[in-house]
Amino acid sequence: MRTHDAVIIGGGPAGLAAAVQLKKNGIDDILIIEREKHLGGILRQCIHDGFGLTRFGVTLSGPEYSQRFIDMANELGVSTVTNATVIDLNGDRVITAATQQGLLQVQGKAVILTMGCRERTRGALAIPGTRPAGVFNAGVTQSYVNLYNTMVGKEVLIMGSGDIGLIMARRLTLEGAKVKGVFEIMPYPSGLPRNIEQCLNDYDIPLYLSHSVVEIKGQERIEGVRVVQVDESFRPIEGTEKYFSCDTLVLSVGLIPENELSLAAGVELDWRTNGAVVDEFYQSNVPGIFAAGNVLHVHDLVDFVSKEAEAMAEGVAEYLKNGALPECGLEIKAGNDIGHLIPQRVSGKRDFKLSLRVRKPWGKCCLEVRQGETVLKSLKLAKAIPAEMIELVIPAEKMNSVEDLEVRVYEI
Amino acid sequence: MKSKTLTCIICPNGCTIDVKAHDNGDIEVSGNKCPRGKEYAVQELFDPRRTISSTVRIEGAMLPLCSVRLDRPVPKKEIFAVMEEINKVSIKAPSHIGDVVIENVCGLGANVIVTKNLDKI
Repeated sequence: MRTHDAVIIGGGPAGLAAAVQLKKNGIDDILIIEREKHLGGILRQCIHDGFGLTRFGVTLSGPEYSQRFIDMANELGVSTVTNATVIDLNGDRVITAATQQGLLQVQGKAVILTMGCRERTRGALAIPGTRPAGVFNAGVTQSYVNLYNTMVGKEVLIMGSGDIGLIMARRLTLEGAKVKGVFEIMPYPSGLPRNIEQCLNDYDIPLYLSHSVVEIKGQERIEGVRVVQVDESFRPIEGTEKYFSCDTLVLSVGLIPENELSLAAGVELDWRTNGAVVDEFYQSNVPGIFAAGNVLHVHDLVDFVSKEAEAMAEGVAEYLKNGALPECGLEIKAGNDIGHLIPQRVSGKRDFKLSLRVRKPWGKCCLEVRQGETVLKSLKLAKAIPAEMIELVIPAEKMNSVEDLEVRVYEI
Repeated sequence: MKSKTLTCIICPNGCTIDVKAHDNGDIEVSGNKCPRGKEYAVQELFDPRRTISSTVRIEGAMLPLCSVRLDRPVPKKEIFAVMEEINKVSIKAPSHIGDVVIENVCGLGANVIVTKNLDKI
């Protein structure tokens, strides 16, 4: 069987950044396996700008951002196979892929999971009503409009205030549709404040917080939805029901890391992130299998995806050079108000980067990482919202390698 | 006095910024974490501008559309006029990032540039 030092599953932003960083670390024998015809992943359809501010210091569209990494990967001579769908991965790091040349089997000394995520669909929400045409996921809408020149409708409602839904509210407006409103069940938006501003407020698109779609109407094509205001326990408030006519309903109700392959290989998942449980080197419980990017936990910015993949590549390079990585026996426990965190396990011997989200919006607050009685790091914030991932570096100097760590947030 | 409270769109921090322009010409800006935020807030108060992204038709590529964007912001009220111009354009493959497809669109001083490399097939 063919073997490579590192096989990367998925040639989107995480996979590309990992490949480039591995090459820079002297790991030459790399293969990227990509399902689509082209590298670049979801960025190919994200034509809006705002990418690259952190990573490159300029604002780029998605295709421009990914092209920078594709160019770097090409210059460094990274091998890629496209139009190839990985159909199996096992705990011995053997990958089986269906390609246009037939079945491909390769083994990686290290296997890197960068498969990204999928959209939550109508089925997962169990919205009552009929099942007409005209109900689309936001990312699917984006692909129709930005890649395939197909307009989805004229009178649009959006359910959920995720960033892609907000971006598509603006995009559909620019293409001549009337976007009548965005309905969000939570009392706060799940997308970034700048997208509320430049995608909704700029075009006078109303955002209805604490509102839920309770029925979809229409036979052949969707004709409208019934919407109701909800209380803090998400129960409908009587007398608040409204009917909105539409020919299209766009769903932007969350992303789920795509981990079927990870599960097949015996990778342990975290119920909060829906991604792998990893240590500070981004290694899963299966030695030699690593994960980064949206397959690990959903990011709000691609810049952070690239940086995470680069940090992971450092761990992979060390693993390949030494044959193993230091043991990470300490668990990082998330307090009640922490939505999720990465990594979940650390060695206690090195500095590491902690990424997390809070569960609900906070005003002035303090994030604190403790080990027993010792405060390893505390960070004061003017505000913290679930839409924004927070990153902080935890220094090793005060850490011991015996006690578990704990993260909490409190008001100040 | 002219004043506004706004969400900065320059970077993902999305700072909430208060901007006040006093009648004597003094301008006060607070809430911004960086100088770009101050610049944005003042611009937003007097002359709000945006860059926009869209697509143009392309012949001879694997996809029917090629993505484009403005290379600098234009007045907000001109966005739909710019979209109308963009919608008239059709280009031929191959496309290269940075190719200018409309120079000085609507006389606003911004160019519409290609943001995706598409090969000729």
